[in-house]
Amino acid sequence: MDFKFTKEQELLRDEFDEFFREEMKHAPKEWGAGGFEAIYHSDEGFAFHQLIKKKLAAKGWISRAWPKEFCGQDASIIEQMIFSMVHAYYHAPGIDSFGVTMFAPTLMVGGTEEQKAKLLPPIARGEVQYCQGWSEPDAGSDLANLRTQAIKDGDYYVINGQKTWTTGGHRADHMFLLARTDPDSTRSRGLSIFNVKMDLPGVEIRPILHMNKAHYTNDVYFKDVKVHVSELVGKENEGWNLTRQTMNFERSGIGGFISGERTVMELVEFAKTTTRDGKALWDDPLVKRNIAQLWADHQVGRSMAIRISWQQEKGGRVFSPALASASKVFGSELSQRVAYFMTDLLGQYGQISRSKWAPFEGEAPDAYQFCPAANIFAGSSEVQRNLIAWVGLGLPRFK
Amino acid sequence: MNLDFTPEQEMLRKSVAEFLTKACPMEIIKDIEDSDKGFDPKIWKKMTELGWMELYYPETYGGYGDPFLNVVIIMEEMGKAALPSPYFATVVQCGIILLEGATEAQKKAMLPKIAGGELILTLAQCDESGSYRETGINMPAEVSGDNYVLNGKKMFVMEANIANKIIVAARVKDAGITLFLVDAKAPGLTITKMPTIGMDNCCEVIFNNVSVPKTELIGKPGEGWKILEKMFPRATIAKCAEMSGGCKETIDMTSKYAKQRVQYDKPIGGFQAIQHYMSNMYLGYETCCNYLYEVCSLMEDGDDVALKVHALKAKFNQQFKFITERGVQIHGGVGTTREFNMGVFYRKAAAAEYIMGDTNYHYEMLAAGL
Repeated sequence: MDFKFTKEQELLRDEFDEFFREEMKHAPKEWGAGGFEAIYHSDEGFAFHQLIKKKLAAKGWISRAWPKEFCGQDASIIEQMIFSMVHAYYHAPGIDSFGVTMFAPTLMVGGTEEQKAKLLPPIARGEVQYCQGWSEPDAGSDLANLRTQAIKDGDYYVINGQKTWTTGGHRADHMFLLARTDPDSTRSRGLSIFNVKMDLPGVEIRPILHMNKAHYTNDVYFKDVKVHVSELVGKENEGWNLTRQTMNFERSGIGGFISGERTVMELVEFAKTTTRDGKALWDDPLVKRNIAQLWADHQVGRSMAIRISWQQEKGGRVFSPALASASKVFGSELSQRVAYFMTDLLGQYGQISRSKWAPFEGEAPDAYQFCPAANIFAGSSEVQRNLIAWVGLGLPRFK
Repeated sequence: MNLDFTPEQEMLRKSVAEFLTKACPMEIIKDIEDSDKGFDPKIWKKMTELGWMELYYPETYGGYGDPFLNVVIIMEEMGKAALPSPYFATVVQCGIILLEGATEAQKKAMLPKIAGGELILTLAQCDESGSYRETGINMPAEVSGDNYVLNGKKMFVMEANIANKIIVAARVKDAGITLFLVDAKAPGLTITKMPTIGMDNCCEVIFNNVSVPKTELIGKPGEGWKILEKMFPRATIAKCAEMSGGCKETIDMTSKYAKQRVQYDKPIGGFQAIQHYMSNMYLGYETCCNYLYEVCSLMEDGDDVALKVHALKAKFNQQFKFITERGVQIHGGVGTTREFNMGVFYRKAAAAEYIMGDTNYHYEMLAAGL
């Protein structure tokens, strides 16, 4: 067994490292640990994301892992994981997680030759920004309950309904939409996937503000929106299977463990250099114990994520979804523990948001308020645990 | 990067598992626990015939020079079987101590005997305080002519009641911690097995003017702690492997039970509360198990894995206990009985925490290194 990267992979990592270290020097003030809020909330943040995206595209790094025929470089999953590790370490933007890691694989698996030729290059060139049209008010964890309709009428599908929790919807020019093409169908039957332009007549975006007033997610309403039949991806009424297949791309979750471990090490530094009541915070055995435990948990989480990438590398992207669910739930709950520990450690300063008074650029209260969302989006912790039980342990699924 | 076991390693695992499943079902494990000896010489002999003892030792000393990961595989399977044996103390702890600290003559004399099952060795490290640290070793060894004389008490000495020789860590004035090779039958030595949660061979060893010839040292005077430190990473990894096997067996046993046990006309494994308990067990195991292989592999590459080893043992200490506690809960009443196998693992988890460092110790050491 060998956990080491090859010489070539080490060089690649250095190349990524050099790029991001330099670029992140120019991040907007109060970029903090990056993430949805940094990218989507402010015009300044989004402009930085777009800038980095263009630079990544110029290097060919957005589509590195794609097959050569789709302007990729056939890079291995392990190389892609190395990219994700460095990208996460620097809290960097520039990857449109919806377009690059969700919709592009969907196209590769289910798109027509024409669609692939038309839609993949702009994603690779960093010219487009996608959002994900899955969740609805009555279809959250139970996605198959969705109701938005796309009814065929001549050369068009007419879309009516509402999507919600559309992260980055207000910044996106495209959405990949999952809608019901068979109005008489129920559950997972009769669903189809569409490539939808966000500036079409009848599309209305309304912000949903996070509890800290950050704007990263949205409601998106569709009223008689006409989408050309050529925008149907995959076969009509068979969108669910394609969605399920593409849900499993790139799910190692390595990034969260890498950026989290960096935060833990920053907390060590903070605790060693901050005194309260005449002694360093680090002198408190409880502080040490908690930090040591957080460090250990990032280590084991990272190790599991590497295993997932390895399985993907070997199995042609087929791997145990139970392990990916494990990584997601372990990662989001761990980031919550980091946020809580951070607010504890900072004492009264744990409450101060981005401002001259705040340690860590105000990251603590932001993380505290954001972390519950991570346990909910992309499949709640409860749904992930169900999946682990059914798929990973073979426990019965009651109907 | 290659995270797969080799075909040979897969075969090794299969053969170890097959032997243990046949040779020591859980009834035998409980019989062993009830016995004074606390191990089964027949199984031990068979293990030596299968070549498990020497596989990691260099060929010069009659071994196969296998990677340490092969020891991890054996320990994992032993952990699944919950097999009580002196394998860890003799082959892993003392074997490594000999490889790191003994003279060529000592190695050539003792390692083949370990391989042949003729020599059971163990390590007496902790003083009465129970400290795992260098500062915790204070039992004195005084020079008297051509001998050292040991006086005092060692605690938590595993397998001392069946050992032929004991490697004793004691302090020599002006030199420091020194390792002595003491015959278990030496006059003045009193070995008493203590009743423990692990129902294992955990002993008190009292030294009353025990005389050890100056030639019976492992390493030079004062080199003891340095030698022990070389043993710690590998032995800790091996102990974690055994715990990993225990975690896996608990999860398999519990999920099987949850599929069979019917309440309210349904198998309880279909209830979400049970499923979420089991998912948490799965999470605990999958994270730690992968880390075990990673740390072992990096150690064999020669990386500095000191901090990682502390993290590994701390995590396994916590997860083995967590997983077995949930296992008992899901088994319900039967999980609490002596008759059912679940309780064996619940107890083993508690016992395993204390060997090679408890959770507090490892988190303290880890924090000190951050």
